[in-house]
Parts: sequence; structure tokens; C-alpha cells
Amino acid sequence: MEVLVASAVGILTSAGFYLVLRLRTFPVILGMSLLTYAVNVFLFASGQLTVGSAPILRDGVAAYADPLPQALVLTAIVISFGMTAVVVMIALGSYLGADDDFVDDLANPADAPSDAEERP
Amino acid sequence: MTHWLIAPVVLPAMLAPFIVLAARFHIGIQRVFSVAGVAALIAIAIALAWQTGDGTILLYQLGDWAAPFGIVLVGDRLATLMVLLTAVLALFVLLYAIGSKWDERGRHFHALFQFQLMGIMGAFLTGDAFNLFVFFEVMLIASYGLMIHGGGNVRLRAGVQYVLYNLLASTLFLFALGSLYAETGTLNMADLAQRVALIGEGGTAGIRVAAVLLLLVFAIKAALVPLHFWLPSSYAEAPGPVAAFFAIMTKVGAYAIIRVYTLIFPPELDATANLFDVWLMPVALLTLALGMFGVLAARKLDRLVAFAVIGSMGMVMIPVALFTHAGLTAALYYIVHSTLVGGALFLLVDLVRYSRPHLHFTTTGPVAGTALVSGLFFVAAIGMVGLPPLSGFLGKLLILDAARDHGLATVIWAVVLGTSLISLVGFARAGSTLFWKAHSVTPPEEEGDEAPKVPLPSRLTFVAVGGLLALLLAHTVFAGFAYDYLSATADQLLAPDAYLSTVLETEGKLSTPTAKDH
Repeated sequence: MEVLVASAVGILTSAGFYLVLRLRTFPVILGMSLLTYAVNVFLFASGQLTVGSAPILRDGVAAYADPLPQALVLTAIVISFGMTAVVVMIALGSYLGADDDFVDDLANPADAPSDAEERP
Repeated sequence: MTHWLIAPVVLPAMLAPFIVLAARFHIGIQRVFSVAGVAALIAIAIALAWQTGDGTILLYQLGDWAAPFGIVLVGDRLATLMVLLTAVLALFVLLYAIGSKWDERGRHFHALFQFQLMGIMGAFLTGDAFNLFVFFEVMLIASYGLMIHGGGNVRLRAGVQYVLYNLLASTLFLFALGSLYAETGTLNMADLAQRVALIGEGGTAGIRVAAVLLLLVFAIKAALVPLHFWLPSSYAEAPGPVAAFFAIMTKVGAYAIIRVYTLIFPPELDATANLFDVWLMPVALLTLALGMFGVLAARKLDRLVAFAVIGSMGMVMIPVALFTHAGLTAALYYIVHSTLVGGALFLLVDLVRYSRPHLHFTTTGPVAGTALVSGLFFVAAIGMVGLPPLSGFLGKLLILDAARDHGLATVIWAVVLGTSLISLVGFARAGSTLFWKAHSVTPPEEEGDEAPKVPLPSRLTFVAVGGLLALLLAHTVFAGFAYDYLSATADQLLAPDAYLSTVLETEGKLSTPTAKDH
């Protein structure tokens, strides 16, 4: 099971990084999601991998699963979910405004009309 | 146990939804509540700093659960100092935002501002590593909103980069926390400190990975060199007051490095012994050099200030990497200095932008109100470059003095002094092109066509910038007092026993049975 979980984390991470390096918003956001999945699985594994053990104290049970990583993962899932929603909205706004979905800077920043726009 | 320690987190956390729900259509009421909240925060922060001034360590156990099980907030000298610094910076930034009407250009400026304050305060006060992550996220998600406040294509583009970069950093932070937990089984910082010290010679591989990952995460926040790419465009494109407030965000990274690497991974620990000499010091020197070269190479004023902020982070991290008492004192002194001067400079960039068509370094005719703006810019630039009358000079002096006995002393001295000269040239060129040479250009013939239509910036904006610069002056004049205070803070950081015993031995629910049996 360790091999399975470890390779899942590894594959998810490498796929996520590959997509992040594509530098277009849609692949980058997908890559970010894959990375969050990877880190969630990784957090699960950080509390030792057990099957069918009790999470809280109970009579006559010797092996316990660590409940804390599950709480951590829950927090991480909620936060990454919210963050993904935010980045989708901002990326959409940027795409609709600039008419391209590249993440990196414009080729010639001197042409950018930023300062003219920002005048009160 | 008093509840005051959690007030800097709870107050903005309550104020922000109140502003959204009750006052969303009344900018006047929003402003009143926002300023009143920040003023109250300053009062609370002064009281907390006063309480910790004699070396007491304040502890707040959430839900009264004892330390390794529950989440704790810890207020020591460093934490309360940073809380006070944040609150003071927030007040002036808020005054500027109101005076320049930036808060009217989009919705929910004040609510987002309060949420960001909550996140920063929490990050400074928390005594739990996972809680630190959560407060980082609170701080970041509010900063995403503030960063793109007012809209505009270029700003949105910069916002996407900023958000994505920080999401990657958050993912890395979770990986670091996961490996830390896997190695030690705890995430309470004091408990971590004790358990990491117990790890034997053979089993250090995992903890080394965790330590380096954490350092990477904090280095992203502090914009150290290979990981600084997010800073220039986000700070340059963010609204002026927001960029000024972001001056504290890089310091959150510096704070986290100081906190984690004095408490959990102290330099005498075998597992992470070489982290500072081998990694942090060269990186800090590179950051300083690259930042100041960026100052020289910048073609626009906002980029110039952003690179100056990167350089000042390098300057902060050099003495931190020394990890001596003198080094930490110098670092703390410079953190206060560079927060104030960075904030003032970003506000000034916005003032300069106010009456000009663009910020490129091309000479344009004189514009109204330039005398005061250029005078303030002159003072702030002296502060940032580190010329004698202001605290930047004293800070650099402390850093050079602290580095004297270090193995790389000559390199450090050369880089610090050389970059000072470079940044001096950069700032002098910027100031002279933008302000000095303006009168060599004949003003446009048709009077009353373009220039006079732009009214002078409101007086409140000058109060805000002047206030920050006055604080800078106070930081210089009362440098002796500040030095003593920060020296005692460094003492406390380097002797974390009081911190550990306060956190781990204060009784609460689920205290260790031995403590209860006696």
C-alpha cells in the first residue's frame, strides 16, 4: 500500500508541475488542482497508513489510526477549494480583459496601457 | 488567562463581516469603522507590547485545551513588536487609501483590508505550525482581493501571477507540514522544538527535508532570490496603498524564518546545522545584489521601488543568516526600518502617479504639487538607500558590525556597501529625472489644457506619508531605546526555554497527567 500511495503522490505531483509549467491559465489551474490532490494524499499518509483501525479510543482495540491528519486534510481541502474558485475568477477576468490566457507578462510591457488607465 | 492576546485577531475578524453586511453601501461608515478598528488595534498592540516588555510570554489556549493538543497563541516580544508594527503601518495606509479615494474605486476595500489584518496578526501570534498555514491563507486570500482592487487588465494579469505563485507556495507549505508531522507527530511549535531536538543521529533525513521545505516556503514569502519573481509585477501593479501594506507581507516571511529557525531548528542542531551558512547567507547576498541592480535597471518608478523592497529583504536576511545575538538585533532593527520606508515609498509612487501620465523615467514638464512630493521622495529615498541621517544608515551599520567576525565578512561588507552605492545611483537617477529635470522641459504652451485639471492630492495623503516618515525619524532618534528593546528581543529568541515552558507547562484541559497528579 505504501508503494501505491507514494507513487500516486509522485505521479500527481509531476503531472501537476508539468501542467503548471505550461503557462496558460487553464492548464495551470488544472495543474494546481492536481498538486492539491497530491498534497492531500500526502497529508493522509503523514499519519501512518493503516487499514480498518479505530480513529478514537475504544475498549479492546490495540491499533489506532491517527485522526489528526484527517482534520488537517479537511482544512487543506476547504482552503484549496476556495483558492481555486478565486483563481478561476481572476483568471477569467484577466482572459476576458486581455483576450489571451497566458500567465506570463505581456511581450512588450511598455505597450501596456496601465498607467493611463489608473489615473483618477 | 486574559483574552487580550486574541483581540488583534478577533477584532478585524468581527469588523470585516460587519462592514460587508451592515455598511456595504456607505463608504463613510466603512471608513469610520475601519479607522476606528485600526486605532483600537494600535492601542491593543501597545498594551500587549507593554506587557511583554519585561520578558513575560503571554499565552492564550483556545478553548482552554493544553498546549500540544489545542491551538495556542503566543505573544512574546517579537510577536507583539510585529503586531504593533503592522497596526501602525495599517493606520497610515488606511488614511492614505481614504485620502486618495482608492477605497472607492472598487467594492469591499475596507472589509478585505480588515481580513488581511486578521491574517497577518494571526500569523505573528500563532504558536502552531498548521495554524500558521491557515493564517497565511487568510492573509493571502484577502490580499488577492486587494491586489486586483480597482481592476484593469494589467493589474488582473499581475494578479493571476501573484495568486498562482502563492498557491504553489501554499502547496509546498502543506508538503512541508506533512513531512514535519510524519517525522515528529506534532505541529505545535514548542512541542516540535522539543521533539526535533530528540531525533537521533541516524534519523535526520526526513526532518532535514521538512526544514528545507519550510525554508523554501518562507523564502517565497520573503521574496528571496531564486523565488522572488512574484514580487516586482504584483507590487508594481497593485494599488498604491495596497502595495504599501504589502510591505509587511514580506516581513511575515522574515518573521516566520526567525521564529521557526530560532525555536524549532536552532543553529546548534546537528540535523540542520549548515542551513544558514551554506544556503541562507549566499541567497541573502544574492537577493540584496539583485534587488539593487534591479533598482538601477528599472525603467519605471513602481518597479524601482519593488526591486528596492527585494533588496531590503536581502539586507534583512543577511544578519538573520549570521544567527548571532548582534545579527538578530540588527535584523529586527532593519525589519522595522524597511517596513516603514517601503510603505512610505509605495505611497509616494502612488502620489507621483497621481498627477502624471505615466511613471517611466522620461522627463515631463513640471506638475502641480511636485515640490512637496519630491521632498518626501527625497527623504524616503535617503531612508531606503541608507544614507546617514536616517535609520537605514544605522541599520546597515548594525549589520556590518554584526558581520565583522563572520567567515564571509569581507564578502558581506563588499556586497552591502557596493549595493548601497548602486541603489544610491538608481534612486538619484529616478529622482533627478522625474523631479529635478522637470523644469528643463518647457511646459505645454496651452495653459489650462491638461495639467491644472488634476487637483492636488488631498491633505490626508500627505499626512499619511509624512506620518510614516516621521516614524522613520523617530526610529532614528530613539535608536538607542529601539536597540535596547530589540537586543532584549534577540536574547529572548536565542534562549527559547521560557517560551517552551510557558507553552507546554501552562495547565489546561488535557494537561499531561504528571502535571495534574502532583
